[in-house]
Amino acid sequence: MALPQAKQTITQERLAGLSLPQGGKWASAARTDALARVQAAGLPSARDEYWKFTNPISLTSAEPDLAAVFDPQETPIFGDLDRLKIVFVDGVFDAEASDDLSLDGVEITRLSEAAQADIHWAKDLYGALESNGQVPVQRPLAALNTAFATDGVLIRATGKVSKPISLIYLHNSESSDAILHHCVKVEKGADVTVIESGPAAARFNKVMEVDIADGAAFHHVRAQGRDHERRAVTHTFARLGEESTFKSFTLTANGVMTRNECVIELTGDNAIAHVAGAAVGDGDFHHDDTVFITHDALNCESRQVFKKVLRNGATGVFQGKILVKEGAQKTDGYQISQSLLLDGDSQFLAKPELEIYADDVACSHGSTSGAIDEEALFYLQSRGVSKDDAQDLLVLAFLAEALEEIEDETIADDLLGRLQNWLARRRG
Amino acid sequence: MLEIKNLHVKLEEEDKQILKGVDLTVETGKVHAIMGPNGSGKSTLSYVLSGKDGYDVTDGEAVLDGEDVLEMEPEERAAAGLFLAFQYPVEIPGVGNMTFLRTAVNAQRKARGEEEMSAADFLKFVREKAKSLKIDADMLKRPVNVGFSGGEKKRNEILQMAMLEPKMCILDETDSGLDVDAMKLVAEGVNALRSEGRSFLVITHYQRLLDHIKPDVVHIMADGRIVKTGGPELALEVETNGYADILAEVA
Ligand SMILES: Nc1ncnc2c1ncn2[C@@H]1O[C@H](COP(=O)(O)OP(=O)(O)OP(=O)(O)O)[C@@H](O)[C@H]1O
Ligand SMILES: [Mg+2]
Repeated sequence: MALPQAKQTITQERLAGLSLPQGGKWASAARTDALARVQAAGLPSARDEYWKFTNPISLTSAEPDLAAVFDPQETPIFGDLDRLKIVFVDGVFDAEASDDLSLDGVEITRLSEAAQADIHWAKDLYGALESNGQVPVQRPLAALNTAFATDGVLIRATGKVSKPISLIYLHNSESSDAILHHCVKVEKGADVTVIESGPAAARFNKVMEVDIADGAAFHHVRAQGRDHERRAVTHTFARLGEESTFKSFTLTANGVMTRNECVIELTGDNAIAHVAGAAVGDGDFHHDDTVFITHDALNCESRQVFKKVLRNGATGVFQGKILVKEGAQKTDGYQISQSLLLDGDSQFLAKPELEIYADDVACSHGSTSGAIDEEALFYLQSRGVSKDDAQDLLVLAFLAEALEEIEDETIADDLLGRLQNWLARRRG
Repeated sequence: MLEIKNLHVKLEEEDKQILKGVDLTVETGKVHAIMGPNGSGKSTLSYVLSGKDGYDVTDGEAVLDGEDVLEMEPEERAAAGLFLAFQYPVEIPGVGNMTFLRTAVNAQRKARGEEEMSAADFLKFVREKAKSLKIDADMLKRPVNVGFSGGEKKRNEILQMAMLEPKMCILDETDSGLDVDAMKLVAEGVNALRSEGRSFLVITHYQRLLDHIKPDVVHIMADGRIVKTGGPELALEVETNGYADILAEVA
């Protein structure tokens, strides 16, 4: 079926400015396929059901909107953490600023280098989970990423990796338009933590494909950076084997446009997937979490916990789906999305969905929007706590269920401190 | 000393007068009790004194040791030494009781220009006070009042009072919902705090609390006013005869 004219136009205009990266045998094939997916689906528009709460125009336009470079003037995030640093500046790997990429229990290769190799483990993964994730809902911006990503890392964990791999994104150009694609393969029994931080670019399109083998574990923590003007669309695709674990937490503060999609498939029995997020935004902040979890095995657990604090007209979006396939008995699915609206101008738009084709499952979902509890506020004040402090305490209490999903204490403390600072900066 | 003069209060949202000229003076170091029929305005008085939103003071004043409390923010009143043990203590999911207590103690210290209490000192302090009120470690860890029984909530109020060491303590039906033993425990907690520099205003419906906390003065509130003031014998009279006689007498 031919695409509507408007969709054709935006797709052609966007593609006109891009060219498929040169070189690479297996990579070229994957890219050509991905380009075909983009052309067939067309880029998203505000008319698409999947984008009804978030207008993708700034993510699909031929040129990115300018975004001022932002100096957060605070100690670098995760500074106290022993980690392997991999730095990208406006979406380009910076060897000088990065650590040596060798670390016990893991192989790390740049996408551009690996693509030149005849055979590489990533050839079966690059674009594969993304392509898989196009059904039942199309995700053309992820396919666009697979086709045109110019950089990224391929991480293959074979054992317990001794320290987190830290992907640091720096933003130095007000017109940068970065497309990064990472692949992570966690081999049987291996265990790796990947953390991401920073604003990345004026416009950022990132895909991470994560293949988790039987008994393996993948931990992911991300802090999306405080620069307000940047626009970002990210996709995390994960496939889980038997008794494997996937845990992901994202903190987002500020940003006029952030769309984080997470597409998870539980394919092996007894697997566990947790995805959580805390977002705080002010003014023209727009933040969208879109999650799709498919249960296709026995006795798996999935948990989605998303909390947003919105003020001064900010917008929060949550679209979350749990799909339990036929035969995925004993599924335990939990989903909660909540917003705390600090004023009447802010809004939270949520579409929680369950689709279940097995009869012996326990799935629950809930979505709420509420204001600060005035009774609790007064109770705290009556004990001598200032109104501002009391409000911050209640905001953090609201976020607690999401923050509890962070397992590493050093990371959790760091992020909590940043949230407290963010709140403190917003006082009169 | 708390001096309330001619206090008139109406609801902010609707044109309903609740306090219609309350006159009441609680001298420093004294224990005063307020009794009165349901809906007479006792809780309203305690809320207005502690600064809750939703009320308009249309006339009168309330002065604590020379300071006009009605002009202050609730937290300033707390720092000035006012404390209200709530009739219905509020649950705060996500905020640990211990964090809450430490935040409150240190906020008041800071407001008074004192140093914050060290973590170790605080822990010692809270454990000692909690023990005397039979509040266990688990209750200190749990979110503020969440899942607490009615009696546990009331004991938690007294724990806060013991930690904050206020000058003027208002207890709004702290005895309601308490079993006999818990009532004794709470009364002991209050009596332990009785001192020359500290005053109490105890709102209650029952003589039995006043058996344990012996008041110096008893007031009867009806329809937004203090209609009668007397000694402890007034509470006994209410206990045996109810309010009918008193109300008829002042009408
Ligand atoms: N926010 C409010 N909205 C409507 N009515 C109110 C409000 N607050 C108080 N009132 C009314 O004011 C009157 C006094 O209430 P208050 O709670 O002060 O009584 P009380 O003396 O404490 O009663 P009780 O002994 O039952 O606790 C009641 O008629 C009550 O319904
Ligand atoms: Mg009352």
